[in-house]
Amino acid sequence: MPHILSIVTFLPLLGAAAIIVASLLNKGGKEAAAPAARWIALGTSLVGLALSILLVAQFDPSNTAYQFVEYAPWFAGAAYHLGVDGISILFVLLTALLVPLCVIASWKAIEHRVVEYMVCFMLLATMAIGVFTSLDMFLFYFFFEGTLVPMFLVIGIWGGANRIYASYKFFLYTLLGSVLMLLAMLWMRHETGTSSIPELKQYAFDPAVQPLLWLAFFASFAVKMPMWPVHTWLPDAHVQAPTAGSVMLAGIMLKLGGYGFILFNLPMFPQASEMFTPLVFALSVIAVVYTSLVAFRQTDIKKLIAYSSVAHMGFVTMGIFAGNDAGVQGAVFQMLSHGLISGALFLCVGVIYDRMHTREIAFYGGLTARMPWYAAIFLFFTMANVGLPGTSGFIGEVLTMTGAYQVSTWTALIAASGVIFSAVYALTLFRNVMYGPITNPKLENITDIDKRELLIFVPLIIGTVALGLYPNAILDITGPSVEALTTAYRAAIGG
Amino acid sequence: MTDLSSALQIAAPEVTLAVGGLVLLMIGAFTGEKSTRLVSGLSVLLLLAATALTVTGPLGQAFGGTYIADPLAVYGKAVIFLSAALAIVLGDVWMHRNNMAKFEYPVLITLSSIGLGMMASSGDLISMYMGIEMSSLALYVLAAYRRDSLHASEAGLKYFVLGALSSGILLYGASLIYGFAGSMKFDEIAAFASNNPGPGLIFGMVFLIAGLAFKVSAAPFHMWTPDVYQGAPTPVVALFATAPKVAAMILIARVLIDGFNLAHFQWAQVVILISLVSFAVGAFGGLLQKDIQRLLAYSSIINIGYALLGIAAGTEMGVQAMLMFMTLYVIDQFGFFAILLSLSRNGRPIRNISDLAGLKQERPLTAIALTVLALSAVGIPPLSGFWGKFYVFGAAADAGYWMAGAAGLVASVVAAFYYLRIIKVMWFDAAETEVKTDKAPAVPQWIGWAAAAFAFPVLLVALTWLEPLTKAAAAGVGVG
Repeated sequence: MPHILSIVTFLPLLGAAAIIVASLLNKGGKEAAAPAARWIALGTSLVGLALSILLVAQFDPSNTAYQFVEYAPWFAGAAYHLGVDGISILFVLLTALLVPLCVIASWKAIEHRVVEYMVCFMLLATMAIGVFTSLDMFLFYFFFEGTLVPMFLVIGIWGGANRIYASYKFFLYTLLGSVLMLLAMLWMRHETGTSSIPELKQYAFDPAVQPLLWLAFFASFAVKMPMWPVHTWLPDAHVQAPTAGSVMLAGIMLKLGGYGFILFNLPMFPQASEMFTPLVFALSVIAVVYTSLVAFRQTDIKKLIAYSSVAHMGFVTMGIFAGNDAGVQGAVFQMLSHGLISGALFLCVGVIYDRMHTREIAFYGGLTARMPWYAAIFLFFTMANVGLPGTSGFIGEVLTMTGAYQVSTWTALIAASGVIFSAVYALTLFRNVMYGPITNPKLENITDIDKRELLIFVPLIIGTVALGLYPNAILDITGPSVEALTTAYRAAIGG
Repeated sequence: MTDLSSALQIAAPEVTLAVGGLVLLMIGAFTGEKSTRLVSGLSVLLLLAATALTVTGPLGQAFGGTYIADPLAVYGKAVIFLSAALAIVLGDVWMHRNNMAKFEYPVLITLSSIGLGMMASSGDLISMYMGIEMSSLALYVLAAYRRDSLHASEAGLKYFVLGALSSGILLYGASLIYGFAGSMKFDEIAAFASNNPGPGLIFGMVFLIAGLAFKVSAAPFHMWTPDVYQGAPTPVVALFATAPKVAAMILIARVLIDGFNLAHFQWAQVVILISLVSFAVGAFGGLLQKDIQRLLAYSSIINIGYALLGIAAGTEMGVQAMLMFMTLYVIDQFGFFAILLSLSRNGRPIRNISDLAGLKQERPLTAIALTVLALSAVGIPPLSGFWGKFYVFGAAADAGYWMAGAAGLVASVVAAFYYLRIIKVMWFDAAETEVKTDKAPAVPQWIGWAAAAFAFPVLLVALTWLEPLTKAAAAGVGVG
C-alpha cells in the first residue's frame, strides 16, 4: 500500500474531522452526537491498529535503513519526510494499540463534551504517531509540540479538582524543554544545511559544541521522560487527568522522551553522550531509588503509579546511555512493556474510580471479597510492574541492568535495589486495597468488572505475558536497528 | 519637468492619499455626521487604491533620493495600507456601538497612513522625521478619540507627551548625525560611516534608535503602551498594534542596515539589548494583567523584541524574517482585536480576561478562533506564530546571536502563561455572570474567524507564496 505511513499517521486526524462533521450534522445538538463520536473514534482507531499491524507485517527487520520512506519538500528548508526503522515501528504499533483501548475506557467515564474529548484524543494520536514516523527534525518538532495542546485540554477540561494547576504545569514544563531543543535544531540546520534526521546522523558534529546541543535536546527529552528532578509535573498531571488521559500520558507521552534520546542524543552527539553518561546514570539511579521511596508514601493510588512510572523510566535512561546492545534493547523493551503495564494499571484505577469516585488508598480495603476478577487482574499487573519473571517487565529491567553493568557496576547495583523497592510499594498498595476485611460500608455493594472493562484488559494481559515469555518477538525487530546504532556510537567514541 | 512627473509617479500612493484624504475631509465637513459611513467606505477604497498603486507603481527614487520606492518599501506599504483599511472597517462597529459615529475617524486614519507610507519610503533623515510626525499627530488624536472618557484622555495625553519627547530625542540624534556625517541621506551617511564611524556619529545613532524604539514600543521605551492600549478605542488599538509598528520596523531596518551598514557591530549591540529588555518586560509584565488590551500591550512589547532580533542579525535573511514575522503578527493581532470587538455583554464590551468565561458554550466557533490565535501567539507549531518565530530565530541563529535567541525562547515560555490563561478562562471556567453575550456583529466576527483560519490551516499554503514575497522584499537589504 503506498503512503501507508502517512495514512497511519493522519488517519486519527481524519477521524477527528469526521467526528466534527458528524456533530455538526446531528440535529439533536452536540450532546446527542456523543454516540456517533464514540463509534467514529473507535472505528478509526481500530482501522489504524489494523493498518499498523499490516505495517509491522510488511516490515523487513534485517534492513537497518528507514523503510516506507515518504519525501516531499516543504518550505523553509524543512521537508515532509516520513519513515520507520526497527525501533520506531514498534512505538507506532504501541500507540495504535493504546488508542482504541483508551476510547473504550472513556466510553462511559466521559459523559460531558464527548465530541470535544474524542477530537482531542484523535489529535493526540496523530501527533504521537507523527513523532515516531517523522524523519525531518522540524517535522519532528511540529508533532512533538503538537501533543501539548490536546493533552492540555484533556487535563484541563476533563480532569479532577486541581486540574488547572496540573494542566499549566504540564504545558509550561514541557514547553520550556522544547524551545531549547528548537534553538539547537536551528543551529544544526545552520551548521549542516539540512534538517533530515538520517543525514544528520551521518554528520560528525564538532565535539566542542556537542555538549551544548546535547544539553538542549536533553532539556526537552528529560522533561518529557520525565527524569528526576524535572519529574514533578507528572504526578500532578496524572492525578488530575481522566483515566484514558493517564493511559496516553504513561503509555505514549513518556515514550517520546526516550525515543528522542535514541533518535537524537545518542547517534548525533556521541562524544557528548559519553561525557554526560555519569550524569545520566546518577539521575537515573536517583530516579529509581528516590521516586520508589516517594511512591511508598503516597496516599493516592494514581500518584503512586505515577511515581512508579518515573522510577521505571530511570531504567530506560540508564539503558540508553549505557550505549551497548543490551542497554538500548532493554530500554526500548522497557518502554514498550511499561506502555502496556502502566497503561493497564491506570485502567485498573479507573475501574474503581468510576465506581467510587475516589482514589484514596485509605478508602479501600478488602476488595477481593467483592471483586475477585478485578483483584486477579490487578495482582497480575502489579506483579508485572514489579518485574516478575515471565512478564515483560522482567525482561526490560534485566536487559537495562545488564547493559549498565558492562559500563558501570555500581550503577547497576544501585538500580537493582530499585527492584526491591518497587516490590515494597506495589505489594503494600495491593495489600491495602485488596486484602483484609471490608471496613468501609460504602464498598459493600461494589460490583466486579463488566465485559466492556474485561475487553480492555485482555489484549494488555496477552501482550504482557507474550512479551515476557517470548521477548524475541520484539528483540528480533529492534535488533538490527539497535546494533547499527550502538556500533556507530562505539565507533564514534572509539570504544 | 519630466523629473517632477516621474517623481510624482513614484510617490503616487502618498499623493493619492493626501489629495483623497483632503477631499474626504471636505465631504465630511459639508455633509456632517450622517456621511460617516460614506466617508468610511470611500477611505477604505482610497487605501485599497493606494495599495494597488504601490504594488503596480514604478520603482526608483524621487525628490533627490529623499523618497525611495524599492521592494522593501512596496511590501511594507502594502501591509500598512491594508491594515489601515481594516482598522477603518473594524472602527465602524465600535463607533455605532458607542454613538461616536464621526467622519473624522476614517479621515484621520487615512491621513496617518500618508505618514506611515512616508516612513517606509524615506531615504533621508528629513523625510523620515516628516513621516513620523505626520503619522503621529493623527494617531495622538485617535488615541484620545473618546473625549469624554478619562482613560482615553489619559491615553491621548500620555501618548502625546511621551511621543513628543521621543521625537525630540530622535531629532537630536538626527542633528548629531548630520553634524558629523555632513549629509541627511542614508546612503551618504553609510559612505561616511564606513570610513570613520566616530563617537559623535555613534552617539547620534543611539539617540536615533532610542527615538524609533519608542515608536515601536520596545522596552525600555514602552511606558506609554499599556495605558494607551487600555484607554484608546479598540479599533484604534488594532491600528496602533499593526500599521505604525510595521512602518517603524521597516524604517529601523533601512536606517540601521542601509545607513549604518558597516557600523553593524555597534548598532547590533544596542538593538540586541533593546530586544532583551523587551523580552523581559513583555513576558513578566503581562503575567498579572487582568485587562485584555493591557495584556495585548505587553504581548506587543515581547513580539517587537522578536522582530528586532531579526533586524539585529543585519542580514537579508534577518530582514526577511522580520517582514515575515511582522506580517503574521499583524494578521494575528487583527484576529484578536476583531474578536474582542465582536463580543459584548449587554452592550458593554469585554474588557477583562475573566469576562471571556463560558465563551466555549455560548460561542464555540469564536472560542475556537480565539484559542487558535492565542496558541499561535504562544508559538505552537504549525500555527502562524510559530513560523514567525521560526524565521526570526533562524536568522538570529545564522548571525550567531545564540544567547539572545535562547533568552527570547525562554521569554516565550513565560509569556505562554498569559496566553494560556485566555484559553483556560474560555474552556475550563464556568461563566461568572448570567448575562449572555449579545448578538455578534458579523463583520468583526468574520474577520476574527478568518484570521484564525489563516493562522491554521491557510497559512501552510500561504507560506509558500509569502516566503518568496518577503525574500524579494528583503533582497539587497543587508550588511556587507
